[in-house]
Amino acid sequence: MTTPDTMFKRIVDDASRPDPYPLYAELRRTPVARQEDGTYLVSTYHEIVALLHDPRLSSDPHNREDAPPDLSAEAGLAPAFIRMDPPDHDRLRAQTMRLFGPPHNPARVYGMRDELTRISTGLIDGFAVRYDGGERIDIVDEFAYPFPVTVICALMGVPRDDEHLFKEWADALIQTLDPRLDPGLQRQAMTEMGQYMAALIGRHRQDPGDDMLSGMITEGLLPPETLVTTAIMLFIAGHETTVNLITNGMLTLLRRPEVLDRLRREPELMPGAVEELLRYEPPVHMLSPRGALADIEVAGVTIPKGASVVLVLASGNRDPKRFRDPDVFDPAREDNQHFGFGSGIHSCFGAPLARLETQIALTGLIRRLRDPRLVADPPPYRSNPRLRGPEHLFIEHG
Amino acid sequence: MPDSIAIVGASLAGLRAAETLRAEGYTGTITMVGDEPCEPYDRPPLSKQVLLGQVSAHQTALPERRPLNARWRLGVRAVGLDRDAGRVLLADGDDVSYDRLLIATGVRARPWPNAAEGALDGVFTLRTREDAARLRERLDAGPRRMLVIGAGFTGSEIASACRERGIEVTVAERGPAPLVGALGGALGAFAAAMHRAHGVDLRCGVTVTGLEGDERGRLRRAYLSDGGTLDTDVAVVALGAVRNTEWLDGSGLAAGPRGVACDAGCRAFDLNGIMTDDIFAAGDVARAPHPLYEYQLIALEHWGNAVAQAEVAAHNMIATGRRRRPHLAVPAFWSTQFGINIKSVGVPTFSDQVMIAQGSLEDRRFVAVYGYRGRVTAAVTFNQAMWLDYYRMLIETAAPFPPEQRAMDRPRRIAPGTTGPVPSDVPDPAVLSHGPTIALTGHLPDERQVRLVRYATA
Ligand SMILES: Cc1cc2nc3c(=O)[nH]c(=O)nc-3n(C[C@H](O)[C@H](O)[C@H](O)COP(=O)(O)OP(=O)(O)OC[C@H]3O[C@@H](n4cnc5c(N)ncnc54)[C@H](O)[C@@H]3O)c2cc1C
Ligand code: HEM
Repeated sequence: MTTPDTMFKRIVDDASRPDPYPLYAELRRTPVARQEDGTYLVSTYHEIVALLHDPRLSSDPHNREDAPPDLSAEAGLAPAFIRMDPPDHDRLRAQTMRLFGPPHNPARVYGMRDELTRISTGLIDGFAVRYDGGERIDIVDEFAYPFPVTVICALMGVPRDDEHLFKEWADALIQTLDPRLDPGLQRQAMTEMGQYMAALIGRHRQDPGDDMLSGMITEGLLPPETLVTTAIMLFIAGHETTVNLITNGMLTLLRRPEVLDRLRREPELMPGAVEELLRYEPPVHMLSPRGALADIEVAGVTIPKGASVVLVLASGNRDPKRFRDPDVFDPAREDNQHFGFGSGIHSCFGAPLARLETQIALTGLIRRLRDPRLVADPPPYRSNPRLRGPEHLFIEHG
Repeated sequence: MPDSIAIVGASLAGLRAAETLRAEGYTGTITMVGDEPCEPYDRPPLSKQVLLGQVSAHQTALPERRPLNARWRLGVRAVGLDRDAGRVLLADGDDVSYDRLLIATGVRARPWPNAAEGALDGVFTLRTREDAARLRERLDAGPRRMLVIGAGFTGSEIASACRERGIEVTVAERGPAPLVGALGGALGAFAAAMHRAHGVDLRCGVTVTGLEGDERGRLRRAYLSDGGTLDTDVAVVALGAVRNTEWLDGSGLAAGPRGVACDAGCRAFDLNGIMTDDIFAAGDVARAPHPLYEYQLIALEHWGNAVAQAEVAAHNMIATGRRRRPHLAVPAFWSTQFGINIKSVGVPTFSDQVMIAQGSLEDRRFVAVYGYRGRVTAAVTFNQAMWLDYYRMLIETAAPFPPEQRAMDRPRRIAPGTTGPVPSDVPDPAVLSHGPTIALTGHLPDERQVRLVRYATA
């Protein structure tokens, strides 16, 4: 029997990775649960949404008493807006959005549609013949992992030849988001990436392309050190998350052949299916800890000033007080205001791109792969409990 | 269960009530009576996207979200109510009998007080789709100068749309600033700066005393109370609204210029302050008590209120006893003008103080929080809508005012030199040229007040 204050330990235990949902259900009985280390876990939908719209909860780690070492500062980088509060957050986000979405650039993401399809098709063509020939394929290594890297490189105007560098950095950096790993390892990757970005910015400045980074440079609203940070953030925030969504998507569909068939026949259902995936198997299970700026009372518990607060989005997504039949995967679900992309002022900047990538990826995969079968269920998971996803997803022609 | 329900007023509240009836399993007849010839449409775009030329006035139909199977009596006005017989009398001599009646007749634009001047070609009000279509046409023709009379929300939105289209605009407001009737003087000053920054020729403390036409009956000049004149070919009269309750005269209901009084369950009162059990009211025409505001009867001209109240009214029309629900939603509305998205929760005019809780006036992104006797009663966000739910929670829990100081993005500067709360400066509605969109209209029982008001306006 676990008491509520040791739930976090059980959740981060590798053994819980394949199916943490029963633990979340247990956790929801204590909507705001103080852990032994003084962190507060919040697991119910309505409490999470209230806190994500509460100006007393800060995304700036300096406001936590247990603030972790600041990797980007150590690498000599300016802070990124994902870890900032208003007004600075709002200003930087708006200035970055000018190049990415409405009202200034409504066509950026949609305009990448054909390119995304080309990249996706290219990757699938790379293994489809082997698949047809009976070889087992790792969806993660062969597709879900390279796809978003190539996409973000295209968005930022990174030359094709340099893409492999990003794949290496991604391997190292992504682990900073794992609460249990020693951050020392990643410092170097961060520094290298910072140097690369600074150089790339220099080149784009001389010879701007029509990519997003060139646009940001030409607009001249952001100082150079913020440009570097923002570019790195876009890369990190959009990488492993998208990998996991695509992989979780394939896993979920392979477990439900009738749904997979239906989506193959009715591809127009794919956008709704991707939304449901973001609810049912979201890549981001917990947000990075927020810091309480004041004593905050939620669900009868007072979270003291300075405490770290972890919002368990994936648990809120399964809260029966919010979603009917929360444990059923229903691609046609209406009223699906999930937390897949967070909520409030930090809600995912890249959501339109991530949606499009995943729709195109899953549509392409299920169309091309005939009679796919999971080799192992559950698949092996990466140890990260916060950004949760399979390490490999082997499939074969069945 | 009743088996015949009549809904008078076929607009937002009426439509949403009918949808709710069907959604909750009501299978009897529904008769929708509306004096406008068309099916229900949405009004908020009329002063925004329609004037900007982004959508046509005829493209704002409200979607019918489920089959209603209703009998539609459109283009015909209800002219009387016979409560004894349970019948609504129609202008064409017909009548509609009911077991339950919903009054959802809303409001109409307050006309220019001088009928002959109001009839000049070029003088407009804005409430209906036809109004919007005609005004839009006039704007498309490129007037020399527009005059907007009254700087409440509608007047301000019209001025904003005109400036966005490059049309010269003068706004005349009797009160000290735009929006003071809704937001108080402290924020009114900000609203005035917003108008001027967008090139509006804003004249406050000024009334329009007369409108003059040329020999062909076209508007050409306006006379102002400061002695000035203004050459103009289009004037929009935005002086607030008049409640559509005349058809209830003689019905014995507590209905008058301030609306139809009802309880929190939307049941209408009769003149003696006794609840009827078969007549309900919802939307702009209704005035209902709210526990957060000392049980004063509040009339709200808010889209969200019309929807929420209609849903409660419909539910209560077919539910009985303890299954009935109260309409206790915290009032909320929005407006877009001068590139700013304004959202409000609570009742800003129910306040004695206001402070900027987040953001800054200089950046035109902030949250203003209102307090009354030491508790939070309202909040208004300017381009900061994402924090609204937090402030709604403060209102619902009667949190102390001033609110928690330790939160992000605190500037607290509302007037030069001040950092804390300042008087909210809510004016007496009598000094405004526009009517307030939220009216605190007194307490129950209010039969005497209703009589007195009628007497005064008769
Ligand atoms: C230009 C404009 C902009 C607005 N913008 C906003 C905004 O940004 N945000 C916001 O919250 N709200 C806004 N509103 C207010 C919102 O539109 C109203 O709150 C809403 O329309 C109220 O709906 P209702 O059904 O109660 O009343 P109404 O929409 O007024 O409908 C009443 C209906 O009843 C009919 N009727 C009246 N008398 C009779 C009779 N005797 N017999 C038969 N039919 C009758 C009327 O003709 C009308 O069709 C705006 C309103 C206008 C006019
Ligand atoms: C399926 C893929 C993705 C998922 C599930 C996802 C999820 C999220 C979540 C949950 C947040 C909120 C973080 C917080 O509140 O602390 C977030 C923020 C963010 N995401 Fe994503 N994301 C995805 C893809 C992307 C992509 C492709 C990009 C870049 C193009 C991106 C850029 C960002 C940025 C910049 C933020 C910070 C926003 C802010 O602080 O205002 N994301 N994302």
